[in-house]
Amino acid sequence: MSGRTLFDKLWDEHVVHQEPDGTCLIYIDRHLVHEVTSPQAFEGLELAGRKPWRNAANLAVVDHNVPTTDRSQGISDPVSRLQVETLDANAKKFNISYFNINDHRQGIVHVIGPEQGATLPGMTVVCGDSHTSTHGAFACLAMGIGTSEVEHVLATQCLLMKKAKRMLVKVEGRLMPGVTPKDVVLAVIGRIGTAGGTGYAIEFGGNVFQEMSMEGRMTVCNMAIEAGARAGMVAVDEKTIAYVKGRPMAPSGENWDRAVAYWRTLHSDSDARFDTVVELKAEEIAPQITWGTSPEMVLPVGSRVPDPQQERDASRREGMERALAYMGLSPNTPLTEIAVDKVFIGSCTNSRIEDLRAAAAVIKGRKKATNVKLALVVPGSGLVKAQAEQEGLDQVFIQAGFEWREPGCSMCLAMNADRLEPGERSASTSNRNFEGRQGAGGRTHLVSPAMAAAAALAGHFVDVRQF
Amino acid sequence: MKPLNQHQGLVAPMDRANVDTDAIIPKQFLKSIKRSGFGPNLFDAWRYEDEGQPGMDCSRRPIKKDFVLNQSRYQGASILLARRNFGCGSSREHAPWALEDFGFRVLIAPSYADIFFNNCFKNGLLPIVLPEADVETLFQFVAKQEGFSLHVDLAAQTVATLDGSFKRSFDIEPFRKHCLINGLDDIGLTLQHADKIKAFESQRMASQPWLAVDPHAALGR
Repeated sequence: MSGRTLFDKLWDEHVVHQEPDGTCLIYIDRHLVHEVTSPQAFEGLELAGRKPWRNAANLAVVDHNVPTTDRSQGISDPVSRLQVETLDANAKKFNISYFNINDHRQGIVHVIGPEQGATLPGMTVVCGDSHTSTHGAFACLAMGIGTSEVEHVLATQCLLMKKAKRMLVKVEGRLMPGVTPKDVVLAVIGRIGTAGGTGYAIEFGGNVFQEMSMEGRMTVCNMAIEAGARAGMVAVDEKTIAYVKGRPMAPSGENWDRAVAYWRTLHSDSDARFDTVVELKAEEIAPQITWGTSPEMVLPVGSRVPDPQQERDASRREGMERALAYMGLSPNTPLTEIAVDKVFIGSCTNSRIEDLRAAAAVIKGRKKATNVKLALVVPGSGLVKAQAEQEGLDQVFIQAGFEWREPGCSMCLAMNADRLEPGERSASTSNRNFEGRQGAGGRTHLVSPAMAAAAALAGHFVDVRQF
Repeated sequence: MKPLNQHQGLVAPMDRANVDTDAIIPKQFLKSIKRSGFGPNLFDAWRYEDEGQPGMDCSRRPIKKDFVLNQSRYQGASILLARRNFGCGSSREHAPWALEDFGFRVLIAPSYADIFFNNCFKNGLLPIVLPEADVETLFQFVAKQEGFSLHVDLAAQTVATLDGSFKRSFDIEPFRKHCLINGLDDIGLTLQHADKIKAFESQRMASQPWLAVDPHAALGR
């Protein structure tokens, strides 16, 4: 018998019951909750006369709708305000631990989970948000779920699932200077496509991920869903354990030693088999920029906008033509000649302290280009913001003409006031460049924090390695 | 959940790959705290000339006449024919809610994104997977024949033209089929295993006590 993958181990550990057709009841250790996908679930729970199965499994926070400007006046949009107030009320009514808009620890759900130690290795972690894959960086089985499943988890502490297939994405070699975790994951998506991981749980392996920081691993796992995989994960190592130690919800004393002993088993066995293996060479990865309306429409910074005429597959060609028309781009234009109107540094992909440090290192002592109307820096949480301010990063941004904001999802999906106007173009550190994602008619280019910072200074995309 | 067993309906074509859930229901409509009423905003940015906002009377908004669901021949469609990777992106269940509220009961595509696929079954929507070549054939039928309809028999797992000249079988997990045909709420089904869940949980909390930490105690109230 061959050994087990990390995913096999996590799965086996959580099977409560199995139906004859292979559908399993999987136990959920941690449920993270935010205001957008939970109100209907709490309502359903109440209408059915049910209660949360285990209140302590849940942690709630507001992030999608919250303003990133001064919050002392509350939320001006009445529809957003009602949604936030609904979570205030539900957290109270159902006795769920909650960071409200005024809590100094409030932030993006996928930033605060690990920050508080609510995310621990070996857990099943779910949330009504597709970027829940982020938590896989801690060797968790972490996935996004819909609202019906949010209600199902609240009511039963379980989910009904069929086991996914196993994919290993292996990146080995040495990353070149200026190439970040964001570039690595964009290169992976460029290789396998946005449906390449559909039906799979992806494990990221190879020395590149072993050498990556925990925050870098979170960036990579965050975008597993952009490759179609509900879950992405990385094995436990000393970095994982060091990150978790001392977090408010992490174990201590004898429990810490027991936990660590178990966590050290959370890696694929050397003879484990994967259904698919994808390999990339680190040396071949350059800083990436998306040019279209899907994360798979991505190229190295030195490239030109692709020419649909060169594409043989008719449906792909039509997709490219539609994307270029939406993006307002002509084939063969060098990517570095594309000018940007707004720059967004933030989101559950790239709003942690290392991301802000990387951006600030590029920006320090320079000024935002005059054609850039707005450059926003939105820290992932109140704690990230405080840390950045302690390091003086806020002043670096402010002196360069950037705006330093309060934490939240912000312009990643523009549910609050931070958005692109029709036709505006952004350099964005977020995760999706879909049509209208950052505002109706807005045009999004996904990049790393360093590349976004460089674009803000130059007024157009540049190769951060030569900047 | 509405049960679904036999369904016959007009087919509307959505001829593009990788249709994402942001396109199916744009984010400004996710601010609603309700489960219903999303139909008028299905594909909002593709369907209307102006920018939609929650609370607008959609019957008074200028429409994009070329958009497929605005064409008179597809009015009343209940089967949506789509291309690969339909429903990719965000986990928002508002996407199947909007499709269902608009009047769709069945989707046919070569592939779907995982979370969207899963969400459909919770809402009485049947996402059928057919091979790319069959989907292409159906796109050609729809283009040629106004009023093109299909008959779906979930019990028999078949989809066929009304004259029976085109008939294909499709796969579906038995558990999902059972729930859809009977309109079953799967929370109720899961709670039939409540004792098993309790036993599993207490054993788990005993062997990994750090999982039982109460966030109220660790993080304060």
